[in-house]
Amino acid sequence: MRSLKAQHSSLADAHEQVAIIERGRTGDFALVPFQQNLEGSNLYPLKPTEVQIFQVNIGKMCNQVCKHCHVDAGPDRKEIMTRETMQRCLDVLQANDQLQTVDITGGAPEMNPDFRWFVEEVSKLKRNIIVRCNLTIILANKKYHDLPLFYKEHNAEVVSSLPFYTQDRTDRQRGNGVFEDSIKALQMLNDVGYGKEGTDLQLNLVYNPAGAFLPPSQQALEKEYKQALKQRFGIDFNNLYVITNMPISRYLDYLLTSGNYEAYMEKLVNAYNPVAALNVMCRNTISVGWDGYLYDCDFNQMLELKVHCQGQHISDFNIADLNNREIITGQHCYGCTAGSGSSCGGAVA
Amino acid sequence: MSEHYYNSKDLAKFGNIADFQKELGEKFFSYYSEVFKDSELSAREKSLIALAVAHAVQCPYCIDAYSSDAFEKGWSEGQMMEAVHVAAAIRGGASLVHGVQMMNKVKEIAM
Repeated sequence: MRSLKAQHSSLADAHEQVAIIERGRTGDFALVPFQQNLEGSNLYPLKPTEVQIFQVNIGKMCNQVCKHCHVDAGPDRKEIMTRETMQRCLDVLQANDQLQTVDITGGAPEMNPDFRWFVEEVSKLKRNIIVRCNLTIILANKKYHDLPLFYKEHNAEVVSSLPFYTQDRTDRQRGNGVFEDSIKALQMLNDVGYGKEGTDLQLNLVYNPAGAFLPPSQQALEKEYKQALKQRFGIDFNNLYVITNMPISRYLDYLLTSGNYEAYMEKLVNAYNPVAALNVMCRNTISVGWDGYLYDCDFNQMLELKVHCQGQHISDFNIADLNNREIITGQHCYGCTAGSGSSCGGAVA
Repeated sequence: MSEHYYNSKDLAKFGNIADFQKELGEKFFSYYSEVFKDSELSAREKSLIALAVAHAVQCPYCIDAYSSDAFEKGWSEGQMMEAVHVAAAIRGGASLVHGVQMMNKVKEIAM
């Protein structure tokens, strides 16, 4: 499987995606506009509470090609953040104490040759570090085998996707052999103390539906995951985050080609929850793209919807402007407000 | 009058049954939502039971709803089909066990 970009798919174009998300394939698919629901919840225009989480996407390169990936990441994607841009991020962090959490994502962020340098430098600034690790990267090459120790050295919180605790659902979404390698990687993380009682090394897993449906209750599913992974593989972890798939990029492609797009969007819209809308992650997060541009979230980043304020690049970062901006919303935002809500930290309502 | 007795879009209108009899409709939906909550049995287990019963009563709306719900709640295709076989076995058994009644009658009248 190759990325949409490598396939020259029309969906590799962000504008094409936005057009479909807003009006459907034929241009006449009308659902309640997200803005209307926000207005009904007294949340329009959507404004930040306070930017505290600095999420950095350091590249689209990945060793996996997952069917639901909103980044359209893969081995054929070469867009990665340079050390110069990373240095600008560090300068921003140095100047803005309120950015207490640095959330590093990708692609597989570890494939960026400056990943370790960046983590070391962020660590010197005494910030909470989150690394979104796809697990299989740890086994992908000998040079990555020591990643669990590296994360431990910098007390990084590891957040990893494991779409299910069985092989069939995981491999169907993330590729053959991913489940087996993910289990081995989780055991390696446990071996250095991650997810174990008595350590503060946080290992959190992410569930996302392997199909055109919404996630179940986070609390109930976490219990099942803990039981199944412990019994079958002796694995411990801290929390399970359930995340709704966003109708963007490869997941959008899946919805369209499987004939599920309209029904899925209706499901999202019907499940709009004002409490989830109140707590959406874009209200306290700023997302930095591989090329240094700023976005309200990783999803807006993939749709190339830059922040609505003067400084749109890391080199023009202005925390006051960002705290006062209007967050750009669209029909895709229903993905974060459906049911119990969805964020990089799981359910929000 | 619609062309078919069953229309998949009618499932979304289930709540409308309260339009003609508000009190009973509301009582039913309140009871329904209480039944499917986590309790002695988990909501997940109840979903699989509902799937089997849906097949036993052959309700297309229920099959549609609980195929999605059970799959969303993490039951595998194999587990879901086994639940359908449980319904089929009970329905089949329900017919066959009446064979005893047939045998009794035949024995009663036969020489």
